[in-house]
Amino acid sequence: MFKIIETRELAPGIKRLVIEASRIARRHQAGQFVIIRVYEQGERIPLTIENSDAQRGTISIVVQAVGKTTRLVNVLEAGDAILDVVGPLGKPSEIAKFGTVVVMGGGVGTAEAFSTAAALKKAGNHVIAIIGARSRQLVILEEEMRGVSDELYVMTDDGSYGEKGVVTDKLRDCIAGGRRIDLVLAVGPIPMMKAAADATRNEGIRTIVSLNPIMIDGTGMCGGCRVLVNGESKFACVDGPEFDAHQVNFEVLTQRNSMYRDEEKKAMEEFESEREELIERIRSGEMRECVLAGGGK
Amino acid sequence: MSEAVPISPNPLPLRERMKIARHAMPEQPSEERKANFSEVNLGYSEELARQEALRCLDCEKKTCMTHCPVGVKVGEFVRLIAAGDFAGAATKIREDNGLPGITGRVCPQEDHCEGFCVLKKKGESLGIGYLERFVADYEQKMGLRHLSKAAPTGRKVAIVGSGPAGLSAANDLIQKGHQVRVFEALHELGGVLVYGIPEFRLPKHIIREQIDYLRGMGVEFETDVVVGKTISIDELMEEEGYDAVFVATGAGLPQFMKIPGEHLMGVYSANEFLTRINLMRAYEFPRYDQPIFDLRGKDAAVIGGGNTALDSIRSALRLGARKAYVIYRRSEAEMPARAEEVKHAKQEGIEFQMLTAPVEFLPDNKGWLRAMRCVRMELGQPDASGRRRPVPIPGSEFELPVAVAVLAIGTSANPIIQSTTPGLATDKRGYIAADEQSQRTSRKGVFAGGDIVTGSATVILAMGAGRRAAKSIHEYLTTGVW
Repeated sequence: MFKIIETRELAPGIKRLVIEASRIARRHQAGQFVIIRVYEQGERIPLTIENSDAQRGTISIVVQAVGKTTRLVNVLEAGDAILDVVGPLGKPSEIAKFGTVVVMGGGVGTAEAFSTAAALKKAGNHVIAIIGARSRQLVILEEEMRGVSDELYVMTDDGSYGEKGVVTDKLRDCIAGGRRIDLVLAVGPIPMMKAAADATRNEGIRTIVSLNPIMIDGTGMCGGCRVLVNGESKFACVDGPEFDAHQVNFEVLTQRNSMYRDEEKKAMEEFESEREELIERIRSGEMRECVLAGGGK
Repeated sequence: MSEAVPISPNPLPLRERMKIARHAMPEQPSEERKANFSEVNLGYSEELARQEALRCLDCEKKTCMTHCPVGVKVGEFVRLIAAGDFAGAATKIREDNGLPGITGRVCPQEDHCEGFCVLKKKGESLGIGYLERFVADYEQKMGLRHLSKAAPTGRKVAIVGSGPAGLSAANDLIQKGHQVRVFEALHELGGVLVYGIPEFRLPKHIIREQIDYLRGMGVEFETDVVVGKTISIDELMEEEGYDAVFVATGAGLPQFMKIPGEHLMGVYSANEFLTRINLMRAYEFPRYDQPIFDLRGKDAAVIGGGNTALDSIRSALRLGARKAYVIYRRSEAEMPARAEEVKHAKQEGIEFQMLTAPVEFLPDNKGWLRAMRCVRMELGQPDASGRRRPVPIPGSEFELPVAVAVLAIGTSANPIIQSTTPGLATDKRGYIAADEQSQRTSRKGVFAGGDIVTGSATVILAMGAGRRAAKSIHEYLTTGVW
C-alpha cells in the first residue's frame, strides 16, 4: 500500500498526487515512470513521475481523467492509498549541456516534461519551455515550468490564454526566427509529438519524444509496449520511454494504443454507474484480498 | 533431516507389481473444461494413490532419484504412500522439494524421474508426478507441518525474484537459520508460476499455499520492488545489510520473429497474452479491469512448440476461440512441451500444424490481424542443438485466417540487473555468468540461478539451481570463504 499524502487539482480533471514511496523517491531520475495498480481488480498503468523528494520519501504524479483507472485516481484524496506503485522504471532522460533546448509539454505532458526540463536547466542549458492546452483552465504547472526555464511560452487552442495556436506553432516560429536549437523534447499527445518530429526533421534538430504505449509489467517481460523505432521493435519500458522522434513510427503507436478502445469504453460506463460504491469499497479495504502479495513499502 | 523410519515393505511380489497398469489421472472431461479455466487434472484419491504406489519396484539403482534435478527421494516417499503414511511421504518430499504441489503438476516428469523408471522398459512408468501431487494436496488438506529450523545465524540473504528458483532457495535457506527476504517486481508472488502458467494447469491457490508455508517458516516477502531499479544490489548489500544476494529473476524479454506485421493489433507475445490472462485475470473482464482481445467466434494460432505455446493456445480456446492452431516449424517429435499437455491439447480440439512457420502477418484495413501467411517446412541436416533443422519448402506458402497470433518462440535476457550491477559478468547472450555448481557470479556474495543464467528452461531446473545456490550461500555464510 502506498499512501497518498497530498492532492491538488491542477485543472478540471487533472490531479497531482503526492505519494509516499521512499525507495522510488531515492532513485528517481528525470524521465522515469512508475506503474500503478489502484486496487485488487485494477489494471496496471504507467505514469511519468512528475517530481520526487528523496528526503521526504515522496514522489508526485499528475493524472488526467480519461479512462476508468485515471478517473478513479482522480477521485482519490490525501489519506487514501494506492495498492501498488512500482518504479522508477525506464531509462532516465539524457541530461547534458546541449546548449539551447526546447521543452514542449502538451496538456498533461507538461507534467511529464517537468523534471527533465528542470534537470536540463540545472545542467546549464538555455531552456525554452513551450506549454500548451486546449484552453486557459487546462493550462497546468505554468509557474513551476517558469521556474525551470529561461523563456516560457503558453499556447492555447482557443486563444483564451497566452498565444492562440498549438505548441508546434511556437516551435516553428523559433526555428523560422533563425534561433539555434540544439535539442527538442516533446511530451504530449501522439499527434503533437508527431508534429514536433515533422517540424524539426528537415532542420536536422535532434528531437526526443517520451512514448506512452499500453504497458503491463514495465520491466521488459511482456513486450506489450513494443514500438517501432527505425523499423525495429523496441520495448518502451526498458529501451525507452524516450526515443529519437525522427525514427518513431507514430501510426503504429496510435493504432496499438486504440486496441482496447471498446473494452475501455465498457469499463468506463460501468465505472460511472458504480463509481461511489466502488470507491467506498476501495476505501473500506474490503477489496484488498491481496491474493499472493507480500506488501511493498 | 529426519532419520529413515522403518517403512513396511511392499507386500506384492515384483511380478505382481509389474502386472498392474498405470492408474490414469482423473480429469475434467475435455468438452467441459475447454470452456473454463478450472484445473484439468483432478488428482488421485487415497485409494488410487496407494494402488499406484504399489507398482514401484524399489529398484536398487534409484535412477528416478538421481535424475531428479532437486534429488527427491522418490523410492522412499512412494513406499510411505504404499504403507498409507501420506503425511510421512509429504515430510520426505519436503526434505528436498519445498514446492511439491507445484512440481507435481508442472514438472516434465518424462524427462526426469519417470523417464528413467524401470517400469517404463516393460510398459508405463510409475506415476511419480501424480503421486507427488497427491501427497502435496493431502498435506495441504490436513494442514502443513513445518519442518524444523536451525538456530538463527544472524545472516541476511536477499532473494531477487519469487519464481521457482527463488522460492526453492528460500525454502532451503530458511531451514538453515538465515534471515531470508524475497523481492518481487510484480504485485503478486510466484513469478512465472503466476504470470506464466494458467489456472487450468496450476491453480493460484496452490501457489498461495506454498508461499504461505514459506511465510510460516519465516521467509519475508516484498512485492513491487524491481531490483536494479527500485534498489540496486549494491544498496541491498551495503545499506540494507544483506550478506548475500541470490539473483533469480527469470528469463525476461520475449523474442519476436522480425517478420512483417508483428505490430498488428492481435499479435501478442506469449508473455503478454498469458500475463493478461493469468496475472491480471483478463478472462474475468470487466470484473477485473485489464482487458484482452475478445476471441469469441474468432480463430487463434500460437507459434511455438513448448509448454508456453500450449498454455497460450489452450487459454485462447477457453477465451472462446473457434479454431485454435499450434504452428510449429519442426515435427511433433521435437516439440519440447510436456507429453501430458500435448495429449490434453489434442483432446480439447487444438489443431496441430507441424512443420509450418509464419512468414508474414497480414492486416485488415484497420490494422487488425486478418491472417498469417505460412510456409511448410521439411527437416534437413541437424543444427547446433542436434535437432534437424527445418527448411522451408519452396512454393508451399498458404494463408491461415486468424484474428490472434501468439508468439511463443522464446525469450532473451532481461538486462536490468546486469546493467545496474557493476562488475557482474555476463555471457555473450547477456545472461548472468554463474558457476554451474556453486551458482556464484563474478561478484562476491552474489549468486544467480534459473532462467537468468541458463535462458528459458523449466520450473524444476530452476528449482535445482535454487537448491544449489542455497547450499553454496550457506557455505559462504558459514565459512566466509569466497
